[in-house]
Amino acid sequence: MANLSVNIAGVEFKNPVITASGTYGFGREYNEFFPIERLGGISCKGTTIEVRQGNPPPRIAETPSGIINSVGLQNPGIERFIKEDLPWLLNRDIIVIANIAGRTYEDYCTAVEMLNDTGVNMIELNISCPNVKEGGVTFGTSSGGVEKITSLVRRVCKKPLIVKLSPNVTDISEIAAAAECAGADCISLINTITGMRIDINTRRPVLRNNTGGLSGPAVFPVAVRMVWQVANRVKIPIIGMGGISKWQDTVEMMLAGASAVQIGTANFTDLYTPLKVIEGLDKYLEKNSIADVNDIVGKVDAW
Amino acid sequence: MGKIQDEFKIVNKLQPTETCFDYSIYCPELAEITQAGQFVHIYCGEKTLRRPISVCQTNKQKGIIRIVFEIRGEGTLWLSKRKKGEFLNILGPLGNGFPTDKNKKALLIGGGIGVPPLLECSKCYSSESSSILGFRSQENAILIEDFIKNCAEVYIATEDGTLGTKGFVTDVLNDLLAHETFDVICACGPTPMLKAVSHAALCNSIECFVSMEERMACGIGACLVCACKTKKDGKEGYSHVCKNGPVFNAQEVVW
Repeated sequence: MANLSVNIAGVEFKNPVITASGTYGFGREYNEFFPIERLGGISCKGTTIEVRQGNPPPRIAETPSGIINSVGLQNPGIERFIKEDLPWLLNRDIIVIANIAGRTYEDYCTAVEMLNDTGVNMIELNISCPNVKEGGVTFGTSSGGVEKITSLVRRVCKKPLIVKLSPNVTDISEIAAAAECAGADCISLINTITGMRIDINTRRPVLRNNTGGLSGPAVFPVAVRMVWQVANRVKIPIIGMGGISKWQDTVEMMLAGASAVQIGTANFTDLYTPLKVIEGLDKYLEKNSIADVNDIVGKVDAW
Repeated sequence: MGKIQDEFKIVNKLQPTETCFDYSIYCPELAEITQAGQFVHIYCGEKTLRRPISVCQTNKQKGIIRIVFEIRGEGTLWLSKRKKGEFLNILGPLGNGFPTDKNKKALLIGGGIGVPPLLECSKCYSSESSSILGFRSQENAILIEDFIKNCAEVYIATEDGTLGTKGFVTDVLNDLLAHETFDVICACGPTPMLKAVSHAALCNSIECFVSMEERMACGIGACLVCACKTKKDGKEGYSHVCKNGPVFNAQEVVW
């Protein structure tokens, strides 16, 4: 068996497979099917200071090889997350990444301060949610915005800090460089790509929010390209995500430059996807006589 | 024994109408624990999302669950093309079913493809229970014989009057409630129908449970997409059809 463990910003993951924020709740539902401890990590549902109800339904529409969603950060609030969900997760042998979002700089900083004294392993800054009116992606679509929020949070954050980037930008590597410069320990990308579907009979958008975030296999090539561009620009590790649905995608994403991956939408198609990815990755390494998964990171032989 | 995701074999396939299909699936694990009103989430070929389909009937002795579904789009079209002997990837049983009680006299109200989820229910209330089944037309009518076996009375309504009363299930309902009373109403069908049934139940002080539908992804309560507005203790918020439902107390739903 090859070494599957990866170290990201000093945090040791037993394998590079993490489940993506917003698709996995706080892990309990999936733990009814298999021990989630078999995963490298879990990125928790995006959490805000206040309780959020999210957007009105319909919140999802299927698209060719994917979905668009507009959940809008429905969450129980960070206090309840810390009190009710985190202890359960921390009792498990899994890296726990808290994903936080907010309306203002203060919101983000307050959330980070609340998490500093918990057992959370890493904090992922969600500045890329396309489905909320204030905050979210508004912080994440300009270099200046990303630099400001990252540096403000960095000042108060005692945990390794991941900045999750939006793909809805002109130059992803500029944005990633801004996050690195401001003190991010890791970059995760991509969040969903803003999309829209219209019902041709009613002439109404399918989503009640009109627009939503596109995810699933349809976005995978975009994600690979962006991870590759960012890997060419920054020195900090990258967690790659966007449309990964099988182990081959994971290998591809790691070759592009990701030290680990997150799997989201594919859990809806087959909830055993992360386990199949871990198994397939191990077999691939063995078959190719690669002793350590870290040896494939960024090893694309670009033209 | 809890929820599972696995491959199960189609052991019988019927097609009661042009667009409606009736599959019996051999899965003793699911048949053993599935409650009336619960659903299964079925992988449909190359589609990213599974399709949630309520269980129509369970047979513990034979280890079979029965699903009756209609072609609604690409996913259910794929599903309709499966043959007897093929396997389906099924996740279930999911959600909360109807709070069945052998001592209660129930009125089951189904509209269109909302009829099948009530069949299992019809065995789980008192033998005095009745049902009202509504369809667009006689050619869309399904499962009537099955309901007749289990219910004291089966009333039919069709929109075009080709079978039973001309009109909607609510027309039959209002007439029926004028001279007969029930302990509980269980309903499944289009949202406007459920809303009307809920209103009638409230006016007649009858407890009422409705099976709701919403576009769904994970099916197990993790992704929060299948939101349904409900109120509890006077406070409104979004519940989720897959985990908190699909069956809700009608008075908790914000229509």
